[in-house]
Amino acid sequence: MSVPTELGYTAKHEWVVIEDGIATVGITAFAAEALGDIVFVEPPEVGGEVTAGEPAGEVESTKSVSEIYSPVSGEVIEANETLEDAPETINSAPYEGGWLFKVRLSEEPSDLLSAEEYTKLIEGEN
Amino acid sequence: MSEPTAAPRPTALHKIHEQAGANLVDFAGWLMPLRYGSETAEHTAVREAAGLFDLSHMGEIRLTGPQAGQALDHALVGHLSKLKTGRARYTMLTAEDGGVLDDLIVYRLGEEDFLVVANAINAPLVASTLATRATGFDAEVVDESADYSLIALQGPKAVEVLAPLTDADLDQIRYFAGYEHTVAGVPVLLARTGYTGEDGFEIFIRPADKAPEVWTALMNEGAGHGLVPAGLSARDTLRMEAGMPLYGQELTAEITPFDAGLGRVVKFDKGEFVGRAALEEASRTARARRLIGFLARGRRPLRKGQDVLRDGAVVGRITSGAPSPTLGRPIAMAYVDGDLDTTTGTFTVDVRGRGEEVDVVELPFYQRQS
Repeated sequence: MSVPTELGYTAKHEWVVIEDGIATVGITAFAAEALGDIVFVEPPEVGGEVTAGEPAGEVESTKSVSEIYSPVSGEVIEANETLEDAPETINSAPYEGGWLFKVRLSEEPSDLLSAEEYTKLIEGEN
Repeated sequence: MSEPTAAPRPTALHKIHEQAGANLVDFAGWLMPLRYGSETAEHTAVREAAGLFDLSHMGEIRLTGPQAGQALDHALVGHLSKLKTGRARYTMLTAEDGGVLDDLIVYRLGEEDFLVVANAINAPLVASTLATRATGFDAEVVDESADYSLIALQGPKAVEVLAPLTDADLDQIRYFAGYEHTVAGVPVLLARTGYTGEDGFEIFIRPADKAPEVWTALMNEGAGHGLVPAGLSARDTLRMEAGMPLYGQELTAEITPFDAGLGRVVKFDKGEFVGRAALEEASRTARARRLIGFLARGRRPLRKGQDVLRDGAVVGRITSGAPSPTLGRPIAMAYVDGDLDTTTGTFTVDVRGRGEEVDVVELPFYQRQS
């Protein structure tokens, strides 16, 4: 299962990459694989605030509904609109085309997991 | 009800599923493949080519003896003594009050030999109820569930995949027929039945541990035809599109066959049977509810348990819902009030507080072109 080294992770299987104070958030390949085919995505509203560790949206697979927990705090400045018609991109490209939303950070995130730490976590869940 | 505490039981095909990378789940006490890869791809393969399912969790209960047919006439709602050898019938076991205890397929294997196929979760209850109801008839009831593996080969390519591997002339096996044949040299009950809305076969294998031979031969033969292994997730969306009920969802002990729109399975021209009085009453009176289909306008999936509203008032509840791979939009089956006029008004489904607009559609959602 791929866990790109340059990203930060949460124990709830989100990934985040931060560039110039903007965080891009998605769910990991491990999460996408565990959920099955993603059929619907509800990202947070653009212009709204998200809080680290709090629910920020939903992803639905054939069989389940799961909350997305924001790994960071700040204002949502963009949501990935292509997922509306092609939610399966999360399965095929979870770290690229399957990103969920972007946040202008209000504070530096704390306690993100490294790729190494996240890999250990999912090995424990397998 | 089964106790969820025991470790789920693997089928005879467990190693093959593991090697294929199956996502395995506890289903009715059995460790079953939910999906192997993408469940949507498995669903589509069954609609366009073929899929292979391990259904070894299903229950098989055997009735033999001079009065086996009469015992089934008394115990079930159908007229099974009339069934010809080699044919199968969809039927139900109901309680005295007409509530459905399980839906079943009964195969007549011989003059005095019937095989009753029950849902996994209900198999022990079906076996014990049949044994009780067969009291006084010259018939023996044996739960043979542990002796059988069951593999379903479903899809438009099923005949092409199976034909080179069997001694049967598949053109001679009609829908809802089943005979003793061989597949890959293994003696089986080969039946033209299924739960997907496609043509296909169900292959009952006894002893159960011969299943890997049959599975592997079918997978090898099917490789060039687009055959894929398919899990319970695809099976559920396939049966939903085909408008087929699932026990525990569309059918429960609180539902009569008439509520479910399946009153035709109840045969009153066969004398006394368990539940007759209640079912006669149910056949005469207006139905308290009826089962209808919904197609969502948006993409948000509809799910079991969600309320159905017409013009803002709750009129029913979803029993099964899922994104339909074939239609590209979410579908649902729901019970609504029996006297509800479904031709007018705006229907919505309460999806966690949000009203998703839906349209009433005729069941089934999908019907194969034959």
